Amino acid sequence: MVARSLALLVSLAAVSVTAAAADPNLARDLAATCASCHGTNGKSVGGMEPLDGEKKQKIIDKINEYKSGAKPATIMHQIAKGYTDQQIELVADYFSQQK
Amino acid sequence: MTIHRREFLKVAGITAAAGALSGYALRAAAAVSGNVVVVGGGFAGATVAKYLRLWSNGSVNVTLIERNPTFISCPISNLVLSGDRRMEDITISYDGLAKKHGVKLVAGEVSAIDAEKKQVKLASGDSIGYDRLVVAPGVDFMYESIPGLTKELSETKILHAWKAGPQTVAMRKQLEDMKDGGVVAICIPKIPYRCPPGPYERACMVAHYLKNNKPKSKVLILDANEDVVSKKGLFMKVWGDNYKGIVEYRKEQNITGLDAATNTVKFDFGDPVKADVLNVIPPQMAGGIAKAAGLINQNNRWCGVDWLTLESTAAKNVHVIGDATFPAPAMPKSGHMANQQAKVAASAILNLLAGAGVNQEPVVMNTCYSFFDPKNAVHVASVHTYDAKEKTFKTVTGAGGLSAAPTEMEGKFATAWAKNIWADTLA
Repeated sequence: MVARSLALLVSLAAVSVTAAAADPNLARDLAATCASCHGTNGKSVGGMEPLDGEKKQKIIDKINEYKSGAKPATIMHQIAKGYTDQQIELVADYFSQQK
Repeated sequence: MTIHRREFLKVAGITAAAGALSGYALRAAAAVSGNVVVVGGGFAGATVAKYLRLWSNGSVNVTLIERNPTFISCPISNLVLSGDRRMEDITISYDGLAKKHGVKLVAGEVSAIDAEKKQVKLASGDSIGYDRLVVAPGVDFMYESIPGLTKELSETKILHAWKAGPQTVAMRKQLEDMKDGGVVAICIPKIPYRCPPGPYERACMVAHYLKNNKPKSKVLILDANEDVVSKKGLFMKVWGDNYKGIVEYRKEQNITGLDAATNTVKFDFGDPVKADVLNVIPPQMAGGIAKAAGLINQNNRWCGVDWLTLESTAAKNVHVIGDATFPAPAMPKSGHMANQQAKVAASAILNLLAGAGVNQEPVVMNTCYSFFDPKNAVHVASVHTYDAKEKTFKTVTGAGGLSAAPTEMEGKFATAWAKNIWADTLA
């Protein structure tokens, strides 16, 4: 247990370097890049898939399926590849919290 | 790394003020205040005005100065030229910004910017002070760079129709009035110009109209560039397949003279062209106020910006967004990109007003649809991330790309794209 806590502390220290550099609104800003097509905060006005209030894991899975080519798409397979796994998680988390 | 960043942030108490329950919406709101003035209500200016209000929960005052009474969208305007959409379909009120988001709208034109006093002066004589200024003037046309062309001619006879509005209506009328067997010439300037695939889409939509209504007519694309600058394979294929005998493409057509009386253009190489409808899209530069305010510092045409903040490299506390910016590599001048840049600027401005650092990892992306006929469309897409070393946006390798072929499904998405970006920008 002590060893695990120590390991946790070490990894916290390691992650704090990036965390300190990250803007607290990073998820919001990333999600805003989706909003041009999917609507402000994911609230589509029609013809595009709404993302607001969607389950986080569902969004992550879907984007990853576009990324891998498992899910056919006209454009999302190309766009999904522009985002890292971490960015996708942030975006999915953000949209999942929108009502 | 097993610990997710947000979880770490929660552990560390950095987000304690916002907390898990209040979520993202309130996170930026704490104690941000200030006055932001936005000059120009196109895709860039309208979006930054809306998002500054949205992301500050209304705590930052935003004044948008715009000379036109309504927003008229350049995207989809080529479908008005072809008669497949009406002006009402591409005209959107600014009321949403005022009523829903509390943006203060000022109808007018800015004549000067005093960056020392942090004031803009309006043509009416009024002055408005700011803490941060956003200049989103779009483009102005360099009429004088084409011998024989004047601003007046470009607005009355040798139309550009490259800003949607009265010119769109006027060019539609020229096309309707043209006899069967007439020639429509579309002259394209060298890049960079607003909406790289736009002129080629226009050629398609005009050809579609002619094919069904005046089948003996022709569309000549007279391109100053060395080749089709966007979606080349897709456009070349549709011109050959669907518009054979109607569309003709000529590259490296640099205009050396224009005779408005006879509707004739001359080029340094190749034959002069006499057209029934002569559509000359002049070379472009950052909109007038950018020049008046000394914000143009790149190639005498564009405004250099710090890509983390979109702050001008020529003036402090002044941000420039949209088509007026000197583009990062492979960054198109598009409404979509203007909307995306506006959000980077809004985020940075709110942090700067709060005395905080700005997001060091901004991302922007572009999607641009082009119609080949009223139903079928194609896209080009790209994702751009900030490169800290080179201090610019760069496209993500392996991401983005083109449609394989025009489809009706993408035609539907193109229409949905327009509706959604209009709403994201203005509603």
